[in-house]
Amino acid sequence: MLMKNNKFSSLLKEWYEGNLSFDERMNIETEKPVIKKEETTEKQKIYLVKDVENAEEKLTSKGYKFFSVIFCVILAVILVGTVNFMPLFADDNTPTTNEVYEHYVGEGRDQTGAVNTVAGMILDYRAFDTLGESFVLFTATCAVLLLLEQSKDKPIKKRETFTYTNDPIVRLVVKLLTPIIIVFGIYVLFNGHLSPGGGFSGGSVLGAGFILFAMAYGEDFAAKVITPKIIRVITICSLSFYCLAKSYSFFTGNEFNGIHSIITPGTPGNIVSGGLILPLNIAVGFVVCCTMYSFYMIFKRGRLD
Amino acid sequence: MNLLINYEAVTSMVLFAIGFTMLVFSKNIMKKILGLNIVDTGVYLFLASMGYIEGKLTPIVPVAGPVDALDYINPIPQGLVLTGIVVSVSFSALMLALTVRLYRKYRTLNLDKIYEMCRKEDEQE
Repeated sequence: MLMKNNKFSSLLKEWYEGNLSFDERMNIETEKPVIKKEETTEKQKIYLVKDVENAEEKLTSKGYKFFSVIFCVILAVILVGTVNFMPLFADDNTPTTNEVYEHYVGEGRDQTGAVNTVAGMILDYRAFDTLGESFVLFTATCAVLLLLEQSKDKPIKKRETFTYTNDPIVRLVVKLLTPIIIVFGIYVLFNGHLSPGGGFSGGSVLGAGFILFAMAYGEDFAAKVITPKIIRVITICSLSFYCLAKSYSFFTGNEFNGIHSIITPGTPGNIVSGGLILPLNIAVGFVVCCTMYSFYMIFKRGRLD
Repeated sequence: MNLLINYEAVTSMVLFAIGFTMLVFSKNIMKKILGLNIVDTGVYLFLASMGYIEGKLTPIVPVAGPVDALDYINPIPQGLVLTGIVVSVSFSALMLALTVRLYRKYRTLNLDKIYEMCRKEDEQE
């Protein structure tokens, strides 16, 4: 029954047997390039000469591949030769053990309130670095949207790619899995300062859950549930909150201007502790989640709504 | 033999060489982007493994009590790798979007053919 009903099973069969060309497989409309051939004889001669050159290039393409392999081997030998003079792996006397590391690990828990030193490092000592990363993600989303957005007047091109939208098995499995994935993502987000994890990994898990949802239920349905307005509001609120909170923290962190921060590290080990690290983790996670989901929707549909 | 002990550095260097060769010598734009991602992977492996010290713990300190920094590995390379991964993801997405635009116009991913078509267009004008 399933084999009869599903359109892509027949497509899959033809694909495995190799009857379809690449373009047919992907159902890409093969339009010829718009450039027309020149009609003047002199230029035709030039093109003929170029064709001969192309044929010669095809003959030398094997030599090209051989040369690139030789280049790869030489580069690898030079780099591996340098490794020979490096300090040994996992050695106690490597130059990485210096006073910055001792300060971060030794006093990080008491100063930032985070048990996970990496979270305390990237969201407290190096918080502006992480703010820059969030803005890199935001800028990448904007750039991809600018490059690939299709106008609203045109209907969306329905391409007959492999979709799992109407597959009953996939839909059932995703129905069961999506809540678990999202809860796990939220757990990773909220425990970033206590255990391995944090904003970036938790946000990626959340984004993966939403992408799975969009794949199984169809992009049209997903675009109605998670509208572009929601994505925009969440991203901009998270980024502005991060910006303002960390500006306050940096402004009051100076002991000489007489202003003291009202944010305290709290008791290390509690869920609500670590001062600004927990809210900043959540903000970063939301930005990463919205970015991943927007990338998927823009590349698949051409627009967010 | 240093190379047998430094196996992670050797692996990352081999990855770097493969990715760099793909980036420079491949004519397909998709393969160039893949090559750049392999280069990134090699660099991340190298950086993250440099922070590891034999017999030391992950940098998640106990909730109470004094902390001796010498019991834990170096957390700084992990933070740097995190930055690198984010930049790599954004960069790949931007490059793939530009590739989609190029493919829509020229219907090929071969850089030589695209260059050839651009030159013909210039000659026509």
